[in-house]
This record gives sequence, C-alpha cells and structure tokens, in this order.
Amino acid sequence: MEFIIEILSIPIIQSILKIIFIILLFAMPLGTVLTLMERKWSAMIQDRVGPNRANIGKYTGHGLLHIAADGLKSIFKEDTIPHGANGFLYLIAPFFGMIAGVATFAIIPIAGPIGDFTFQVTDIEPGLLFIFAITSLSVYGAVLAGTSSNSKFALLGGTRASAQMISYEVFMGLALMGIFMVYGSTRVSVIVDGQNEYWFGNLIPMWGVFTQPLGFFLFFTALIAETKRAPFDAPEGESEIVAGYFLEYSGMRWSAFMLAEYIAVAGVAVLMTTLFFGGYHVPWLHLWESAPQWLITILQITKFSIVTIFFCWIQIQLRWTLPKFRFDQTMSLGWKKLLPLSLANTTLTAVVVLTFM
Amino acid sequence: MELKVKKVERIDGVRESFYIPAAFGGLRLTVRHFFRNLFGSKDVVTINYPEEKRPVSMRWRGRHRLTRKDDGFLKCVACYMCETVCPAKCIHIEAGEHPDFSIEKYPARFDIDELRCVFCGLCVEACPKEAIRMDTGVVAMAYSSRKTFDFTRDLLRDEYDPRKHDSPKYGDEDLPRPESKESALPNSQGIPAV
Repeated sequence: MEFIIEILSIPIIQSILKIIFIILLFAMPLGTVLTLMERKWSAMIQDRVGPNRANIGKYTGHGLLHIAADGLKSIFKEDTIPHGANGFLYLIAPFFGMIAGVATFAIIPIAGPIGDFTFQVTDIEPGLLFIFAITSLSVYGAVLAGTSSNSKFALLGGTRASAQMISYEVFMGLALMGIFMVYGSTRVSVIVDGQNEYWFGNLIPMWGVFTQPLGFFLFFTALIAETKRAPFDAPEGESEIVAGYFLEYSGMRWSAFMLAEYIAVAGVAVLMTTLFFGGYHVPWLHLWESAPQWLITILQITKFSIVTIFFCWIQIQLRWTLPKFRFDQTMSLGWKKLLPLSLANTTLTAVVVLTFM
Repeated sequence: MELKVKKVERIDGVRESFYIPAAFGGLRLTVRHFFRNLFGSKDVVTINYPEEKRPVSMRWRGRHRLTRKDDGFLKCVACYMCETVCPAKCIHIEAGEHPDFSIEKYPARFDIDELRCVFCGLCVEACPKEAIRMDTGVVAMAYSSRKTFDFTRDLLRDEYDPRKHDSPKYGDEDLPRPESKESALPNSQGIPAV
C-alpha cells in the first residue's frame, strides 16, 4: 500500500495518470457522445426523431447504440489510399486535428487543487499561448489531408480551411489580450482564480464574460471558425467540393476527422468555461465557509461539466440555426470587422486597466 | 408592354453586417423547437413505420379481399366482370359448377397477381355482387419471392395478411396454403366452408 502511494506521489506518474483520466474519461467520451448528440439535438430542432434504429435485441437506448454501431462500422471498413496520393502524409494527417483537440485539455483545470494535488495535467507558465500554438497545429491536419489526397476537391477544401483558420487565428489571440490584461497572466490557474473575485461586495462574480463581454463574443466566434463548423464551414461544401479536405478518406481515418471535429467542439467548450465562466469556481460558494472539501470538489466538477455541456449545446444549436457564410463573407467578416473590433477591445481594456486598476 | 421594375430593398448597415441580431433571432426559433421537443416530442410528426402504422382511410385501395355471405360462403358468382374490366389483366377466374342448383356458378379459381395489379379499383366498381373489395388496409406488400404475390382464392378470402402471421419471414414457403380446393367449396349443402 505504501509502495503504491509512493509511486503515485511521483509527479510524472501523476501526470500520466491525469492525462489518461482527462483524455479517456473527459475528452474522448465527450467527443464521442457529441457525435450522437449532434444528430439527436438537430433532430429535435427540426422536429424529427433522429437516430433510434441501432439495437441489441429490443434495446435501443434512445439511439445510444449508434455510437457503438458507427465505431464498429468504421473500424471494419476498408482504409483506402487514393492512386497518386502521398502515402505517409495521407496516413498521418487525420491525427493532427485530433492531437490538437485533445492537447487543449492538458492545461484545463477541472476542479480546484486539494493541497498539492491539482486537477490539471500541467499548469505551465505560457498557458494560453500553448493553446494558440496547438490550435495552429490543427491547420496542418487540414492542409496535409488536402494536399496529400491527390484530389482537386480535397486540395480546394484544404486551401479554404487553411485560409480561414489562419485568418481567424489572428484575432483569436487579440480577443484574449483583454483577458490577459484584466487577470494579469497567461497562466490558466491565475486566470481562473482571478474570476473568483467579486464586484459590489458579493454581488457579481468577476467572470470573463462580465469583464470582457466583447472579448467573449470575438473569442467564441474565432473558436467556432477554428473548428470549421457552421456558419464557418466553407472548407466543406456539398455542392462545390463535397466533403472538402477529407474527401478521399474512408473508414477509421475518416472517423478520426469527425471525432477531431467533436473533440474540438468539446475543447472550445472547456476553453469558454475556463476563461469566461469562472472555470471550476462555483459562484458564491465561498460564503458557505464550513463546506467540506470533498463536497466543494464535487460541486466544482459538476459546475464545470454543466457549463461545458452548455457550450457544446450552444455550438450545435448555432450550427443548426445559421446558414453558411460565403467564403468572401467569412473573410471580410474576419478581417474587416472582427479584427478591428478586437483591436479596439484590446485598446479599450488597456486604457481601463491602466486607469482604474 | 412596359417592363415593370421591382426594387428589392436591401437591408444594409451595422446591425445587419455583424449578424449578431439575426443570429439571436434565429436562435430564438431553434431553441424554442429544441425545448418543445426535448420535453415530450410535441412537434415531431414522424411515424416510426414498422412499429406504428399510419391509419389509412376507408377508401384507400389496398390489397383485394373476397367478401363472404352471412353463412360464410363467397359472394362471388364467377361472372368474369372484374377479369374483363381489369386493365392490367391480373385477375384470373375459373368458374366451377356448383352442386347446389340454386346457385349457378362459383369461382373454382380466383387468382390475382398483385405484382401486375395497378390498384385502379375498377374490379370493385365492376362487381355486381360486391364480392371483391380493396379495403384490407394492407398498404405495402413486400415479399422476397414473386410467387408470394400470386394470391389465390383462399388467401384472398381469408383476408390473409402475411405480415400478421406468427413468423413473418415473407417467403412463399411460409404461407399457409389451403390443403385442397374442395375444403373451401361454397355451397349450401352442409359441406363446411373452411
């Protein structure tokens, strides 16, 4: 027993265990369930029933078995490589997006620290800069898939995806400058703890959404564009370029692209929760001073999960509400409107922070 | 003629160009539908087909059936009216001589090839005895073998629906075909009807 505790107290073992837990118990299940939830929720929005046919005997679980059915189906499908494709790049491309999606979870705290133990894989000093670096990496997934497929449609899709993602990355960073200035750090734990302060006594928590309302909208828009989902789904287009950059993929590699999209959705949700909705901090919980530590941790995980699921839901809701932008609209919205707005937001925040704080 | 020009008013301006008011307007609609259907599927009109069936009206022309008199015998007198009027030539009747002299003829065979039938309903209209009707409500017939679609007299008379059979395998080997023709002989001399 002591031996086990000794091993568990080694930092690297702890990190590996946290990685396994956060990826296997949070990121992957969330992404997987979202593939079904997108179909179910869109059905509700459009007054349909949605998937409910996959069954074991009489049991369908309201369509829950479709996850297993889809997974099994794509595992057993043939993994084709198109003639003339660059085999190596073609084979590794799907995993860039997936790695980028999963890596987001590395710096997200899902509950407050207990003593020395943190519910966070690593709390690095660059913090959100790491997120920017990683999301830029996900562009490579689209570009490599597009160029290596030896298909005109895939190439066009990859070009569109890279142009869009690079454009929106510019003000994604700028939109967060306000947050860095208000909370005074790029380190995630500092930003999260900064959101546990209150205005007007104990009235309003200093969440990012209240301190940076414009930054919230800008960052959310930029992140939706990064996930390449509607209304910014120009990289895909049924009528023009079919599925876009992952057109030629089949089987499990195609599923990897789909799963990467949903893990990215979950990643966006945890980022929004952490940066703009107080992270794991339950508002006004500090007023209850005699609360036991275990209850606080459970409440924090619950609050974090609820807000995360809410943001997953709002993204899916947006996708089934808004029509897709034309490509020039996407570009002009990004460069001509949102970029100046985020610059203005940064300047305004800088003035306010310098004057009043 | 002078061409009329209709000027479509384009809504421009800051409010439109940032899309946010329009996005919220759209979200209001979809969220309303989402929550209405989340709690009880109120707006969903889907019929889960194999489990639930859409009720058809009484006038729906489904699969044929041969009606019977109160004593259980077929009303059909083998007059060939339906066979004559049938545009698809899917009805085939062979008349038989009835043992009861008060009845002239009876259908020894009455076969309908449901694959050829165009469901026009002319046979029903032509029948002088109201002996053939299309009110079974059997909307879809999907069997794996062509022979299954050849409905003989006794299958038509029994209002037999293969889908309601205990083991619906839709193969013609599963159809309970009557043992002999004589067992279904319609008469009034005490020979059982079934």
